[in-house]
Amino acid sequence: MSRSADIIRTAPTEPCQPWPRHLLLGEEWRAMAASLGEAGGPALLALWADTVRVHALLHDSDGAWLVASTSVENGHYPALSPQRPSAAWFERMIRDLWGHDAEGGRDGRPWLEHGRWPVTAPLSTRPPARQSPTEPAEFLPVEGEDTHQIALGPVYAGIIEPGHFRLSALGETVVRLEIRLGWLHKGTLGLMHGKSPRAAARFAARLSGDSTVAHSLAFARAAEAAAGAEVPPRAVALRAVMAELERIANHLGDCGAIADDVAFPFLSARFCWHREAMLRAASVAFGHRLMMDAVVPGGVSTDIVPGGAEAILRALAALAEELPELVRTGDNFSSLADRMVGTGVVTPALVAAFAAGGFVGRASGRGFDARRTPGYAPYDRLTFAVPVLEAGDVDARVRIRLTELGESISLVRALLADLPEGSVAVPLPQATGEGIGWAEGFRGDIWHWLRLDGGQISAVFMRDPSWLQWPLLEAAVAGNTVADFPLCNKSFNCSSSGVDL
Amino acid sequence: MVWRRVVSTLRHGPASLPAEPLDEAATRALAERLEAAAQRRLGRSLAIRQVDGGSCNGCELEIQMLNSIVYDLERFGLRFVASPRHADVLLVTGPVTRNMHEAVLRTYDATPDPKWVVAVGDCAIDGGVFKGSYAISGAVGTMLPVDLVVRGCPPSPAQLLNGLRALLEANAG
Repeated sequence: MSRSADIIRTAPTEPCQPWPRHLLLGEEWRAMAASLGEAGGPALLALWADTVRVHALLHDSDGAWLVASTSVENGHYPALSPQRPSAAWFERMIRDLWGHDAEGGRDGRPWLEHGRWPVTAPLSTRPPARQSPTEPAEFLPVEGEDTHQIALGPVYAGIIEPGHFRLSALGETVVRLEIRLGWLHKGTLGLMHGKSPRAAARFAARLSGDSTVAHSLAFARAAEAAAGAEVPPRAVALRAVMAELERIANHLGDCGAIADDVAFPFLSARFCWHREAMLRAASVAFGHRLMMDAVVPGGVSTDIVPGGAEAILRALAALAEELPELVRTGDNFSSLADRMVGTGVVTPALVAAFAAGGFVGRASGRGFDARRTPGYAPYDRLTFAVPVLEAGDVDARVRIRLTELGESISLVRALLADLPEGSVAVPLPQATGEGIGWAEGFRGDIWHWLRLDGGQISAVFMRDPSWLQWPLLEAAVAGNTVADFPLCNKSFNCSSSGVDL
Repeated sequence: MVWRRVVSTLRHGPASLPAEPLDEAATRALAERLEAAAQRRLGRSLAIRQVDGGSCNGCELEIQMLNSIVYDLERFGLRFVASPRHADVLLVTGPVTRNMHEAVLRTYDATPDPKWVVAVGDCAIDGGVFKGSYAISGAVGTMLPVDLVVRGCPPSPAQLLNGLRALLEANAG
C-alpha cells in the first residue's frame, strides 16, 4: 500500500458508488500529491472538477480503487502535475472549464480555451463575460541551430478530426512534437447539466463517435450506480455484444488505415471490407451501423432483431476465416516490418507513469483491461485473453489489435450462443446519488462520473482513454522521421473529440 | 499470399457485399449521370475536401468508408483531396464549434470558385444535439452558402453517395 493511498483512506468519506469518495483537506491533498512521486505510488486515472471541488481517481499498487476530493479555496487547489506529468492536461482543462487554478502546476497555458467563447470558465457558477481575446497559443521552445517548425492543422490533409500538431524538426528528424487540442470543444458537459440520465445519454454517445457504445456503456453504468438500478441480464449480454462489435469494427478500420499508410493497399482493402461487413451486421441487428444511442441508462434501447444474431455470426465467420491469412500476409512482407518495427516506440516506464490503457498500454507491457480490473458483467463469466507485448512500437500496437480481433470474435460468439431471455431495460428511479461507471472501449479504459440530484444530473465528467495516450504520442514521435509521423499517429489513433469535451 | 488472393479473385470475381436497400441500381445510374453531368460542368472529375467543423468523428468514420473497396468512390470520378485549394466540393461536418469557426471560413476562402458546400450530418444542418451550447457557433448554413444537406447521425455511406448524386444533378442543368 502506498503512502498516498494511506493519506486518502484516513480522510472522511462522502457517498459514491461503488467506491466512497474521500474528502481531503488542502494540507492532506498536498501531502497526497507530494507522495505521488514515490516509487509504487498509485496510478492516476482521471482528474476533474465540479464548481467547488477537484476530484481524482486513483488505482493503488495493492489493487484498491480510490476517489479523492479536495475543496477549491480562493480559486486554487494544490497541483498534482509536479509529481505526475499526466495531470497537466487535466489541470489545464479544469482551469479552462471551471476556473480553478492548479497551484504549482507544471503548465499554466490555456487548453480548451482558445479565446473564442463568449464567457470564460463556462462551467463555473457564474461564468464571467469574456473581457479580452486570449493571446495566440504559445508553444514550447526548441533551441538549436537549423531546427525548423512544421505546423499541421487544425484542418489536416485527411478525413480526420481537427487538432494542431507542431513538429520541430532537425532535417528529417523530429526533435519535438507538441499537440494542441480543444478545436472540437462543444460544451458537452454543460449541456448534460440539469438533464435526466436518459436525455444526457445522447451526449455521452456523441463524445467520440467511434467509441459511442463504450462511452454510452460507461455513462449508463455510472447512472445506474448512482441511482441504484439493476440491469436485466439480457441487456448486460447485448451491451457486451455491441461493445465487442465496436471493438472489432474499429480495430479493422485502423489496421486498414495503418496498412494504407505503409503503402500496402491489399491489406487496407481487405480490412476495410470486413469493417463494412461488421457495420452492416450491426445495422441489421441493432438498427444503426455504429450502434449510436443503443446503450441507454437502464439497459438497451432495442432488443436484437430476429435474424440479427445470424447476420453478426456470418460477418464474424467471414472475418475469422480470412484473418489468419491477412496476418500471415503482413508477416511475409519485409517492407511492412521495415516501416513498423522500431517505429514510434513508447517505453514501458512511460506507459506505466501515464497509466495509459488500451493497445497503447498493452503494446508497452501494461496489461490493464477494465473488463478484468475492476471488471464488470458479463465479462466475469467469460474467458478471454488480454494480449501484452513489450516492444512498444507501431508493429506491437498493430499486433495487439490483431490478437484482440480474435478474442472479440470468440466473445461475441459465446455471448450470442447463450443470450439470456427477458426484458432489455428497466426504468431508472429518480434518485439522488453519485456514481462511477467504466467500460473498456477499443482504445482503452473509459471512466464516467456523475452526480444525480432528484433524478437530474448536477455534475458529470467523462474521461476518454486518449487523455493518457495523446501525451505519449509526443514521446513516441520524437527521434523518428517526419514521414513516419502519420504512421505513429495512426497507430495510436487517439480521439480529439473525446478529450475536447 | 497476395498471389493466392489474386488467383482466387480471378477465379471467383471481385469481393463485394450485398447491396444496402438504398442502392445498387441508383448507384449504377449515378455513375452514368455523373459521367454526363460532371464532364459538362467540371471536366472529368469532382474533387472533394472534407472539413470537420466540430463533429464527434462519427461522420468522418462513414465518409472514410466511401474510399473503401465496397463503395470505391473514385469509380464515379469523385475523389477526396488533401487541400481545399484543389477542391470543388467542401463536405462540412459537425455543429461548427466557436474554436473551429475561423478555420472553416478560411478553408472555404481557400477553395477556388466554382465551389459547392455540402453540410453532412444532423449537427452540420442545425447544430444537432449541441444546439444552444456556449461553445457552438451555429449550423454550417449560418456561415457558408450551403448547396446540399445530407441528414443522418451519422449518414451512411449510401446516403452520402445519394447526396453527391443530387448535388451533381442539381448543377448539371
